[in-house]
Amino acid sequence: MTYILKPKLHHPSLPKNELGFTRRDYEGRVSTLCAGCGHDSISAAIIQSAWELGIEPHRLAKMSGIGCSSKTPDYFLGQSHGFNSVHGRMPSVLTGANLANRDLIYLGVSGDGDSASIGLGQFAHSIRRGVNMSYIVENNGVYGLTKGQFSATSDKGSKSKKGIENTESGIDLVALALQLGATYVGRSFSGDKDQLVPLIKGALSHHGPAFIDVISPCVAFNNHAGSTKSFDYVREHNEAVNRLDVILGRTPITADYRPGEVREVTQHDGSTLRLRKLHTDYDATDKIGAANYLQERHAEGEIVTGLLYVDPEATDLHDRLGTTAKPLNQLGTSDLTPGADALAKINASLR
Amino acid sequence: MPDTVSIGTLTQAASAKPAPLAAVNDFVVKFANVNGSGSASANGLFAKSIIRMGVPVAARNIFPSNIQGLPTWYEVRVSGAGHLGRRGGVDLAVPLNPQTWDDDVKEISPGGYLFYDSTKPLPASKFRDDIYVIGVPLTAICNEAYKIPRERQLFKNICYVGALSWLINIDPAVIEQLLKEEFAAKPKLIPANLAAFNLGRDYAQKHLKPIGLQLQKSDAVGNRIFVEGNAAAALGAVYGGATVCAWYPITPSTSLAEAFTGYCEDFRMNPDGSNNFAIVQCEDEIASIGVVVGAGWNGARSFTCTSGPGISLMNEFIGLSYFAEIPAVIFDVQRGGPSTGMPTRTQQSDLLLAAYASHGDTKHPLLLPADPGECFTMGAQAFDLSDRLQTTVFVMLDLDIGMQEWLVEPFQWDDKRQIDRGKVMTAEMLEAGTFFGRYTDVDGDGIPFRTYPGTHPDKGAYFTRGTSRNRMAGYSEKGVDYQDNMERLLKKFHTAATLVPGPITREAKKKTRIGAIYFGSTTPAMHEALEALEAAGHHINAMRVRAFPFSQDVYDFIHAHDEICVVEQNRDAQLRSLLMIEGGIDASHLTSILHYDGTPITARFLFDAIGKRLEARKATRQVTSKADKQ
Repeated sequence: MTYILKPKLHHPSLPKNELGFTRRDYEGRVSTLCAGCGHDSISAAIIQSAWELGIEPHRLAKMSGIGCSSKTPDYFLGQSHGFNSVHGRMPSVLTGANLANRDLIYLGVSGDGDSASIGLGQFAHSIRRGVNMSYIVENNGVYGLTKGQFSATSDKGSKSKKGIENTESGIDLVALALQLGATYVGRSFSGDKDQLVPLIKGALSHHGPAFIDVISPCVAFNNHAGSTKSFDYVREHNEAVNRLDVILGRTPITADYRPGEVREVTQHDGSTLRLRKLHTDYDATDKIGAANYLQERHAEGEIVTGLLYVDPEATDLHDRLGTTAKPLNQLGTSDLTPGADALAKINASLR
Repeated sequence: MPDTVSIGTLTQAASAKPAPLAAVNDFVVKFANVNGSGSASANGLFAKSIIRMGVPVAARNIFPSNIQGLPTWYEVRVSGAGHLGRRGGVDLAVPLNPQTWDDDVKEISPGGYLFYDSTKPLPASKFRDDIYVIGVPLTAICNEAYKIPRERQLFKNICYVGALSWLINIDPAVIEQLLKEEFAAKPKLIPANLAAFNLGRDYAQKHLKPIGLQLQKSDAVGNRIFVEGNAAAALGAVYGGATVCAWYPITPSTSLAEAFTGYCEDFRMNPDGSNNFAIVQCEDEIASIGVVVGAGWNGARSFTCTSGPGISLMNEFIGLSYFAEIPAVIFDVQRGGPSTGMPTRTQQSDLLLAAYASHGDTKHPLLLPADPGECFTMGAQAFDLSDRLQTTVFVMLDLDIGMQEWLVEPFQWDDKRQIDRGKVMTAEMLEAGTFFGRYTDVDGDGIPFRTYPGTHPDKGAYFTRGTSRNRMAGYSEKGVDYQDNMERLLKKFHTAATLVPGPITREAKKKTRIGAIYFGSTTPAMHEALEALEAAGHHINAMRVRAFPFSQDVYDFIHAHDEICVVEQNRDAQLRSLLMIEGGIDASHLTSILHYDGTPITARFLFDAIGKRLEARKATRQVTSKADKQ
């Protein structure tokens, strides 16, 4: 880690997005994670995604639990409100924040300990509840801040730095998210920025529970031979099903692929997900097919990455609850308090 | 007719059969039923008909952790004088559950009455010599009148209300009116129920004489309403501007969330059908409070309702709310427990749990409503307080208040009242260059300003953490920053003591050095006991505390007396502990009067317990003064 303050100055010729912001405007404080940590690459991908999408930084709220991954919201989007909450409980806090103001974009950042161990219940229920969010798990298969214990996503047979073999089954959060009703499910690798940035952009523009599992090797405790979450292992076993481009509604779509190679999916907000197929038989809108494919490739020892499933007609918790379009936190006394006359009627009904 | 059942006359001669109890508008009726047999609506009709006759009633449902089959009781205290606490003792028992017959008969006061279903003859050993027995063959009457088994069961309940109406003089016109209101949506049921009522009443009129316990129309009820505390608290939350409710079912708080849902459907729907509220039934209490904290952080008024076990689970989040300074409201409907069984009984046993919930140095404001009326006012006020103080505020109900209907003054609301969102910095203030330091005490009251997420494009954003931050919300692990923040939080807690509802004092008629402190659902029984004690020559100044932290008035009251009886419904004297911890009061200054068997405290218990304590004190002082003279 570095401990010097990050200078605010930047070169005047840095490219600006449509809002006039440079990429630097989406950065946060200097990371305190270990040098080379995969999580920092994910933070960089988040910064890149938000800049490319032209998100106003203050219209995004970043939420996390506790752990190495949960520290990262401090390292990106410094003009956004952030909330470093309770271990394993980011999903409920995010749910509440989303209920209070449906107009903001909610980015939840969590880790494998935070989401698959202590927080498995909240992970599951926030997804099945349909909270409109981008939920990113920075998955390194290990507890970093407490120095190297296995987490629940560690594969059976994977070895710890001390050479101990994990004897418990690993949880595949992607398979779970699919079953639980996530309407945007992706997996990527922190070392593959080209794949990761469009996946995050797609999630941020998705209306519904979007989940991305990002394999993010822990350089300190889980990057050795025998680990199934090391840089080398993931590079060797990464099997991408597609490559994604996210085209915003305002950008004209130009086709430069051969027919059959590309599948275009238009989302509710008008954005188009352009999927360049790497596996001709993979259909990202077929949930059952996606689940089967995942299991088949997993049995072969492959880590399937890409946009694995998307439901362009997705709805969210507010749609199901029938909440008013105006954010609840902006309703005033006259919207909320029925008044003395209504109370007199209630009194009369109680005599 | 003389009033012979006042609480000060407890003993009766045991030898000869005592005269039948005789009283007008002052007696206790207790029904014993089988859970799930449909008795609740008949018993409710009985209580409500007395209220409609203008006679105050306190009704308490004592029920098991069960849907069908276990014993349940319904105790109706009729009190023309307006005593709404439990008195203790039973003057007229209606045991309709063979499982509990023996205990139910044992409870009847000498000279009291036993009303029973005489269809099947019972041996003499099942009765007592010192009570008056009234048999009505309820089963036989209903079996003859109805062919369908379920009807026989359900109408038997209305049938005994009919018989009782003759015995104690309930106005049948009142019953008819109540049935009309009850079944307004299903008018076919009105004549059916009325017929069942008359079956019982006609039988009684033909075969029985009215008993010594009689009702007389009165105007003592006034315009009071009859409502349960959970519904009142839910209505308070609606009026208080709550928009987000996250909850997990747990007895005895479930009906609070359900009532909130009902009131929101009535009052919070827009013409286009959209909702000005969001209610989520969560997977557990941890998620419930997580949602509340997330919504509070983002500027929506939010709450959860739960009971002790839920508070245990919520501890970590309650601490986060304290340290990160996020508004949250928790309604804790206290009960016994753990396990099933005692959770359907009442207690005031979560005070310490709630006051100091969480790891680390924390303390939280508690509001202590005494009845459903205060559940409404404090329910609404809790949201202003939690926004103002940016912390969790508890409203501490108990099962006795939450799940029982109480007779209280009508709810009131001032239409001029505006929601107080506390110190929220707006985009305009930020734009104008107002200083913003998230954890900086700018006004000297310990309360900093906050911003809602999304307020301003480049001002006012901050990163929320539990601890480890400086006054500007910047990351800091420095001890001096931690301590500075903790001292400000303490200052904020002292500010809270000036904002929460103050205590209410009740002066004795004669000057005295004895005081009593009590709170919550103990109140009506305590007032009745104080009256009786006064009549017996024991003068006591009494104070009802209504909130924690305690205001200076509470400590001044304690120091103005030689001895304070602290009355509470728990084993460990939790209110007394809070007084000792926060006020540095000497333990010997505070005498505990404790009642914690799960039943609501009674006036007779209090009369006895406090009376004995004061007699003992008097005796000690006489001995001491004699010794002094020698």
